Amino acid sequence: MADRKIRILLAKPGLDGHDRGARVLARTFRDAGFEVIYTGCHQTPEQIVGAAIQEDVDMVGLSCLSGAHRYLFPAVAQQLQEQGAADITVVGGGIIPEQDMQPLYDAGLKALFTPGATLDSIVDWINENIKPRV
Amino acid sequence: MFTEELLDKSSTMRKKWEDEVKKTVAKHADQKEKWTTVSDLEIKRLYGPEDIKNMDFEKDIGYPGQYPYLRGNQVTGYRGKYWTFRMFAGMGSAEETNNRWHYLLNSGQTGLSTAFDFPTLMGYDTDSPKARGECGKCGVAIDTIDDFFALIKGIPLANITTSMTINPPATALWAMYCAAAEIQGIPLTQIGGTIQNDMLKEFIAQKTLMCPPEPSVKLISDTVEFGTKYVPRWNTISISGYHIREAGATAVQELAFTLRDGMEYVEDVIKRKGLHVDEFAPRLSFFFNSHIDFFEEIAKLRAARRIWAKAMRERYGSTDERSWWMRFHTQTAGCSLTAQQPYNNVIRTATEALAAVLGGTQSLHTNSLDEVLCLPSDHAVQIALRTQQIIAEETGVINTIDPLAGSYFVEALTNEMEEKAWDYIHKIDDMGGMVKAIEKGFPQMEISDAAYKYQRQIDSGEKVMIGINKYNTDEDVEIPFLEIDDSVEKEQIDRLNAVRRKRDSRKVRECLDDIRTACKKGENVMPYCIEAVKSYCSVQEICDVYREVYGEYRDPGMY
Repeated sequence: MADRKIRILLAKPGLDGHDRGARVLARTFRDAGFEVIYTGCHQTPEQIVGAAIQEDVDMVGLSCLSGAHRYLFPAVAQQLQEQGAADITVVGGGIIPEQDMQPLYDAGLKALFTPGATLDSIVDWINENIKPRV
Repeated sequence: MFTEELLDKSSTMRKKWEDEVKKTVAKHADQKEKWTTVSDLEIKRLYGPEDIKNMDFEKDIGYPGQYPYLRGNQVTGYRGKYWTFRMFAGMGSAEETNNRWHYLLNSGQTGLSTAFDFPTLMGYDTDSPKARGECGKCGVAIDTIDDFFALIKGIPLANITTSMTINPPATALWAMYCAAAEIQGIPLTQIGGTIQNDMLKEFIAQKTLMCPPEPSVKLISDTVEFGTKYVPRWNTISISGYHIREAGATAVQELAFTLRDGMEYVEDVIKRKGLHVDEFAPRLSFFFNSHIDFFEEIAKLRAARRIWAKAMRERYGSTDERSWWMRFHTQTAGCSLTAQQPYNNVIRTATEALAAVLGGTQSLHTNSLDEVLCLPSDHAVQIALRTQQIIAEETGVINTIDPLAGSYFVEALTNEMEEKAWDYIHKIDDMGGMVKAIEKGFPQMEISDAAYKYQRQIDSGEKVMIGINKYNTDEDVEIPFLEIDDSVEKEQIDRLNAVRRKRDSRKVRECLDDIRTACKKGENVMPYCIEAVKSYCSVQEICDVYREVYGEYRDPGMY
């Protein structure tokens, strides 16, 4: 059997509609050879967690530019743990002030990508840190 | 535009210059091969008479206040009146936003502009499970007219114009404004302002979504009809390119999709409401982005006026010149700013604001240097407002009207933008209009292509953003950071519950039933919304009726 590709769920939690970054990343991940599922805007943490488990992804990428990341990102990480899917890596991106970062890492996020992160640097991080599950 | 003799002479001189260029480039190569705008439109080394020789002075240029309004709507330009200094503001609770409004008015601002938080923008109350964590973050939270009274405290509604950036729940929020005016004894004929109320660009770009495109346009036509009949000083739509551009569109795409959206609304009101174009078109307003590429933006704004004038006269048979005027607000480009070295944003914003003014804007918001990171602080907002005041009162750029007219380059670029925009407009016509084009995902995917290409150009260094891919520093600049405390959410929920306990719940049900019936019968919802908000129906209660009757639209997540 051929190697499984890295499967990524890209999601926009909350009511924020700023999806430019998420959509550019969806294309980037596709071009990088990952399998991408993009949820579109306005997903609840429950919907995101449900989709991540159902689609059997290796990583969930969350994008939020509204300031609601402080509630939404930990909610996704926590619900994944509660549902026995703690092996799915959660990363986030958006306008995330410095002082919000440590609490998000503490909540279980593995990486945060903020303005200025290049597309290639994000792809490199995934290739180094995410292994497709067998 | 020019005599044959002049063109011959220019052609001879041009050949000589081109020979010199070849020789020079052979010795000192240009810094790069291709020179393009931020939208990747290629620009020539030099423009001359031959580039605009086919222009017809009377038909294509003309005079200010005269068709085709290339040189502006106002006969006297900015000498009679500056553009409106209108800073977009809203955060936290209604009281906090009201304080910011008074601060801005005291600093010389001349119009108000409201930013709502995401739950309000999407038609949810603060206590909705979907609203968790969002209250007051990106704007002010408004659930019922009780919040609205706090928002407008001490604001003279009869004398100041207020813009509200509200889209799916526009009927509910405008109803609050109208109801508040009536309660204060100000006739609806006296109040003035704008509701953004442009859903087509939401599907295309901004994604504050509620119902599918078709009923969304119906609700918009209701407001246009109501405004035409009862609130004649109100701009019932602000047809917006701003968000389209921020989503990654090129200048031409912003221009084309925005104007085609405008045409869609015009066509719907004519068809659905049976109004004559000249009854309502004078109150249509527009909203553009001013990005970093100086001349491209000026050309875009000048082209926009000319396209709209032509479309109104030739496409819709309008005979009232007030319908031909494209009146627009401009905001400098949020997406051009950088979190790195944030003080550089002041220079970017000043350049963009200058382009907006030279493009003839009627109203302007200048972004604050910290807006890339957070809601702007008082100090940052003041610098942004002062930027406008310096342009208006110190630089002298407004001494003469449309000073760039007749420039070979600016006129040629204006023509090019117009031609390329019409190509898009005709393509969308062929698809059956903008609603159909959106259903096919056409504008969405065009923008995705442009956004992706641009990001790749930034990453490769082909396009420069200082502080991102050139002249980077490791220095961490600390700027004062305005943060909305999470306690705002709890306080707002308490306030909403207090209103719910006090109001007459039977009256609330009746009002919502009336809106439901109006929706089902295809009647205008506005009078029922005004009654509903007076009875303290909440934004979500009204929007839930729309979702129930018209269905809910979900972002298909195209990329």
